[in-house]
Amino acid sequence: MEEPIKAPVPEQEEYVINMGPQHPSTHGVLRLVVSLKGEIVQNVQPHIGYIHRGIEKMCESITYPQIIHLTDRMDYLSAHINNEAVCLAVEKALGIEVSDRVKVIRTILSELTRIQSHQLFWATFGMDLGGLTCFFYGLRDREKVLDIFEETCGGRMIVSYNCPGGLMNDIHPNFQKRTKEFIKYFRDTLPEYDRLLTGNVIFQERLKNIGTVTREQAIAWGLTGPVGRASGLSCDVRKHNPYSAYDRVTFNEIIYNEGDSFHRYKVRMDEMWESMNIIEQLIDNIPSGAYAEKMKPVIKLPEGEYWQSVETARGELGVYIVSDGNKNPYRVKFRSPNFVHLAPLNLMSQGAKIADLVAINGSLDLIIPDIDR
Amino acid sequence: MNSFTEYFRGIFNGLRSLFQGLGVTGKYFFKPGTTVTQQYPNNRKDLKMFDMFKGEVIMPHNEKNEHKCTGCGICEINCPNGSIEIISATIVNEDGKKQRIIDKHIYHLGMCTFCGLCVKTCPSQALAFGQEFEHAVFDRTKLTKVLNQPGSKIMKGVE
Ligand code: SF4
Ligand code: SF4
Repeated sequence: MEEPIKAPVPEQEEYVINMGPQHPSTHGVLRLVVSLKGEIVQNVQPHIGYIHRGIEKMCESITYPQIIHLTDRMDYLSAHINNEAVCLAVEKALGIEVSDRVKVIRTILSELTRIQSHQLFWATFGMDLGGLTCFFYGLRDREKVLDIFEETCGGRMIVSYNCPGGLMNDIHPNFQKRTKEFIKYFRDTLPEYDRLLTGNVIFQERLKNIGTVTREQAIAWGLTGPVGRASGLSCDVRKHNPYSAYDRVTFNEIIYNEGDSFHRYKVRMDEMWESMNIIEQLIDNIPSGAYAEKMKPVIKLPEGEYWQSVETARGELGVYIVSDGNKNPYRVKFRSPNFVHLAPLNLMSQGAKIADLVAINGSLDLIIPDIDR
Repeated sequence: MNSFTEYFRGIFNGLRSLFQGLGVTGKYFFKPGTTVTQQYPNNRKDLKMFDMFKGEVIMPHNEKNEHKCTGCGICEINCPNGSIEIISATIVNEDGKKQRIIDKHIYHLGMCTFCGLCVKTCPSQALAFGQEFEHAVFDRTKLTKVLNQPGSKIMKGVE
């Protein structure tokens, strides 16, 4: 019998390491202070604020149309949906009904945004777990959506395409053609994603029963979006509180009851199919009409408080505007899904291995600028 | 017995899933026609951006070196981060009336967030987005541009 090698850290002692702020698997500047016992995670403490820009405070000194371009920079993968949230809140406050054309175009673009966000999730999640091929394939397909954005909105990620009262400009004549081409292409390519990653035995073993959240916990922590729906919580704002054109399309709300990392992944994969269904229902009959309502040059909201929530690719984004009747808001608060999803990270990863922490963190699909704002 | 078959089924399924994944990558490996990579710096000549692409804010001039900017300053007010500075001048026009014209339309490309509000709100459509995207410079001051060309005048008929 050999004598056991004396560990540099006694086995019973906890030690603390920093994961991040410059760690590729935290997808941004997030610092996780992890206490470990051996390889087992005892406690995770997220330290945020490395990319805090004070967006909410900045909003107080600029006008409503100017707020739009700041929301692009929160959750940059759902830029279009963030824009839409502010626009809907302002339109609601002013009592403006936008034309059907605007509603339909906004919905199509929102769903395209969701698809490209989930594609990037798939790409980076695969990369986090050791499959670099996914990263190339995911980005290859995402490029096609970004081209559609670029042609119509002028920007690839930072689109700034919505404005209170409608859209900045009309859609490009190629928009419908390109979108249809993409849907056709992606219907053939999405099963490839499953063959490459979903069915992979290593991938499944690393995710199943890891980071489980029960339905009660999901409600208690306020989880929404794919994270909440993987725990059996029906929380899709598009279904429960339809905005834009979601009340005229049929789609399923994807719900799984297991609540582990694998099913958080599954929700997103299935949502891409649903998004394609939604787009297909709308793309051929975009109604004609104005692409923007005539607005006053200076938009002043009546005194009061306004709330609008939308379903971004990551969950429920709420915009809360307090107006004192001026052209600047008195206070703006964004209820961002990522901030809420970061909170239960400790709960999910206690007792897991440190490699599982990467998987759990990846399955939450956090966007750090949205946490810090 | 049961756990025995289970064991082999596990191995078999695992191997099958691995080969399925390899099949996908192999397909692309042997079909180079599906490559999508752009040879970027080499394809500069025929690389064309979309018309809508927001590369930078420009002020289009016609062949007589005329632009449409009246110097009203609305774009300056609408810019969320102060990327535009308007320096206007007053001249006496042909009718003998005083007229406000643009002296310098200063645009700080380094601060611009491409929100598009200046282009959208300009009452005389004097601004547009250019497709140039290679903006890297060694000196930051080079990012401050004067959009109205030297010696340019306002187009006839634009108020
Ligand atoms: S560019 Fe347009 S908005 Fe700006 S000063 Fe000239 S005319 Fe006015
Ligand atoms: S695009 Fe926006 S940020 Fe840029 S100069 Fe125009 S108004 Fe300012």
